[in-house]
Amino acid sequence: MTQAVHEAPVAATRRLNLGAVAPFLALALVCGLGAAANARFLSFDNLTNVLARSTFIATIAVGQTLVITAGGLDLSVGAMAAFIAGLEILFLNSGLIENTTLLIVSAMALSLAVGALCGLFNGVTTTLGKIEPFIVTLGTMGIFRSLLTWLAQGGSITIRSNDVRAAYRQVYFGDLFGAPYPVLVIFGVAIVGAFILYSTAYGRHVRAVGSNEDVARYSGINVARVRTITYVLQGLCVAIAVVVYVPRLSSASAATGLGWELVAITAVVVGGTRLKGGVGRVWGTIAGALILEVIGNIMLLSNVVSEYLIGAVQGAIIIIAMLAQRGLARNR
Amino acid sequence: MERSLGLLEKEEAPRDVVQGAPRDVVSPRGPGPPGAGRLECGERSRDFAVTPSNPSAVEPVLQAVGLSRSFGPIEVLGDVSIDVRCGETHAIIGENGAGKSTLMKILSGHLAPSRGSIRLDGETATLAGPVDAERRGIVLVHQEIMLAPDLTIAENMFLGREVRRGPVVDDSEMNRRASEAMRVFGVEAPVTVPVERLSIAQRQLAQIARALAVPHRIVIFDEPTASLTPVETTALLRLIGELKAKGVAVLYISHRLEEVKAVADVVTVLRDGKKVATRPAAELEPVDMARLMVGRDLLALYPPRPPAPARAPALDVTNFRADGFAENASFSVRPGEILGFSGLVGAGRTELFEALFGLRKGGGDIRLDGAEQRWSNARAGMRAGAVYLTEDRKSKGLLLEETIGTNLTLAALDKFRRGPLVDRAKEAHALDRAIQRFDIRVGDKNLLAGQMSGGNQQKLLLAKMMELDPRVVVIDEPTRGIDIGAKQQIYRFIAAMAAERRSVIVISSEMAELIGICHRIIVMRNGRIAGEVAGDAMTEHAIVVLATGVDAKEGIEGA
Repeated sequence: MTQAVHEAPVAATRRLNLGAVAPFLALALVCGLGAAANARFLSFDNLTNVLARSTFIATIAVGQTLVITAGGLDLSVGAMAAFIAGLEILFLNSGLIENTTLLIVSAMALSLAVGALCGLFNGVTTTLGKIEPFIVTLGTMGIFRSLLTWLAQGGSITIRSNDVRAAYRQVYFGDLFGAPYPVLVIFGVAIVGAFILYSTAYGRHVRAVGSNEDVARYSGINVARVRTITYVLQGLCVAIAVVVYVPRLSSASAATGLGWELVAITAVVVGGTRLKGGVGRVWGTIAGALILEVIGNIMLLSNVVSEYLIGAVQGAIIIIAMLAQRGLARNR
Repeated sequence: MERSLGLLEKEEAPRDVVQGAPRDVVSPRGPGPPGAGRLECGERSRDFAVTPSNPSAVEPVLQAVGLSRSFGPIEVLGDVSIDVRCGETHAIIGENGAGKSTLMKILSGHLAPSRGSIRLDGETATLAGPVDAERRGIVLVHQEIMLAPDLTIAENMFLGREVRRGPVVDDSEMNRRASEAMRVFGVEAPVTVPVERLSIAQRQLAQIARALAVPHRIVIFDEPTASLTPVETTALLRLIGELKAKGVAVLYISHRLEEVKAVADVVTVLRDGKKVATRPAAELEPVDMARLMVGRDLLALYPPRPPAPARAPALDVTNFRADGFAENASFSVRPGEILGFSGLVGAGRTELFEALFGLRKGGGDIRLDGAEQRWSNARAGMRAGAVYLTEDRKSKGLLLEETIGTNLTLAALDKFRRGPLVDRAKEAHALDRAIQRFDIRVGDKNLLAGQMSGGNQQKLLLAKMMELDPRVVVIDEPTRGIDIGAKQQIYRFIAAMAAERRSVIVISSEMAELIGICHRIIVMRNGRIAGEVAGDAMTEHAIVVLATGVDAKEGIEGA
């Protein structure tokens, strides 16, 4: 219709811009609040600390962005992280390899392989089994969490060797030319994720599948394969997060990664990715993860609100983000 | 009408619901079963309703006075005035973008006018929204299907006005009334099956029945026959005749000019948002309507038929079945040939080809240039050089929220790859080429596919599949819901494909277009191929006989 033809381009560009920019504006706003609340907030140490702590969620959330953009959902990421962490530490404790560096590198490789396999299992079960991803990953969430508890015999698994522990610590606490490794990991993962989603043919297929599965199918796209790969990529992202997480505490227990799935999904949605698929914003997700971490940090620093209420604040944020998205959509 | 649309019956349905001001009537959304179907048009019009031969003597029940509507700086409707009278069918015709839908949306309360006013019974009325319009007796039958896909026809029809028996809904009663309402269209529609599993035509009919369940005195049909076959169209036109006879005012939008000629008393032509003419339908032949719509003489609607060579078939299908929909289908199509597929709704045409392309369950022998094929998904067919263009552009053909460029290259994305990357420059080049070749009319190349007119969407879908350079092209309902100018172009593109020695299969419910462009037409009935007509034997009568299995000449001429 004529009105649509003429009216729409303006509205479309405006909506895209606002939707894409909003998470960063919110991040700037939150940082401004932090600076106002406590001068220490803007200190280099505090900022790098915030960034480093957000690594796990941000990394996992990039994978979740791909999964959600393709029209899926992965609730198992927190439990998967705990499971992979447990296996990695068990491998580090096994002493199969003498050389410490080689041992750590092998442990990392093992983590990535396990992550990819866990993701593959989620993906194949959802796509070939034709089961709702919500159900499948709810199931694997229980399985992964329980496997870790079993491996740890209800307690925790800790890196035994002090040498290994000291060497591995560098991965979380070390830096490259002043940039902490975790920060490099965030940006590395985000750059690769954004590249996959926006520049590759595969990324286009991801968006098409999430946008309208039938159109994708009628266009000759292998919907099951595209979706399955998003889960594998999600598994890899979880493994990367684990590789950076393990040296921080050097141990894994039933409480490891508890609730991460919800925080990751919150970061994705706050970042402007559409929960029903088709629209994904990798950098928005990073902004979303940082917003959540910064707010937690402010609560710790300022004592205005009890830090025990972090969960409530995060819950409120996801609702506010959805309302804001709805408002932006209505404004056009 | 109460009699024919059982849905509308009320146990003690009063003959006349209300005299005079209809806005005092119980809300159609109010409690209890659907009210009796019709509000009275007013005393005067009632007298005249029995003599619709001279309808212009009646005071208009609905008047548009200088209606204008702008979106930003663009005026899509400018100073349009029309009078709609009781017992009269007023057709609004015009090309896509002429402002028909905008006008209908304003008259049905979906859109507020920028200037001008609406008068009901001579008094200026401001419609607060579609619900307000319905309360005043104005009902719009939408072009788009607006039914909850998981609910049945009956559940959809009574949504918000469920028939209750005590605290529980009375399903058997609602099912009974729904199937009666559907039977008016001569369709045995399963009213207890989720709408999702019905054909588009069945959904369209359900939607019409649902709209008419609301008490009404002005009914607006927005392209109601776009997805209907001749038999259902005939039934619908008969229903409109009944509405008219009951004194209801009908506004009717359609691209099918023969239909307009058959059903309308008055025709208003819009062009570029302006009213070009309002004339009695008796004075206008379809060709005059087309000329008024386009503003120039249309050349022949159908292009010259490309000569079909007598060569070995390109695609040869033997004993193919679509589980639950079609079986025993054998046919072949030669290079450069345009083969039509006709049949009634539910004959299994679309399902047969979806199964052929691995889009639903089925099986049989497929040979392409003599080589055996097994297409388990659309990709396999594409690799072999065969494509299927769905009838359902909006939900299966295009990503409505993506740009034209993304849609254009989606199926042939491999061609636009550089390593894992999408080659944006090549993509942009392909878009320019497609826009030119298929005359896709867009002001802005960053437009989303969902913002384009139906004609442009169809051209885009065609361009998208032609990026694969296929040898066999199957097009399902190529001109559904698009205007006559775009139709003419689509026919030319189809002819050009055949001239390029591609094999083209056209599935269509419009017999006239199949007869106009095809070399040969295969007719399906109840999931089987009922027969084939070619050359001079391709007549509507011959097709209907094959499609229905009976000589249905009378039924069709009624349209």
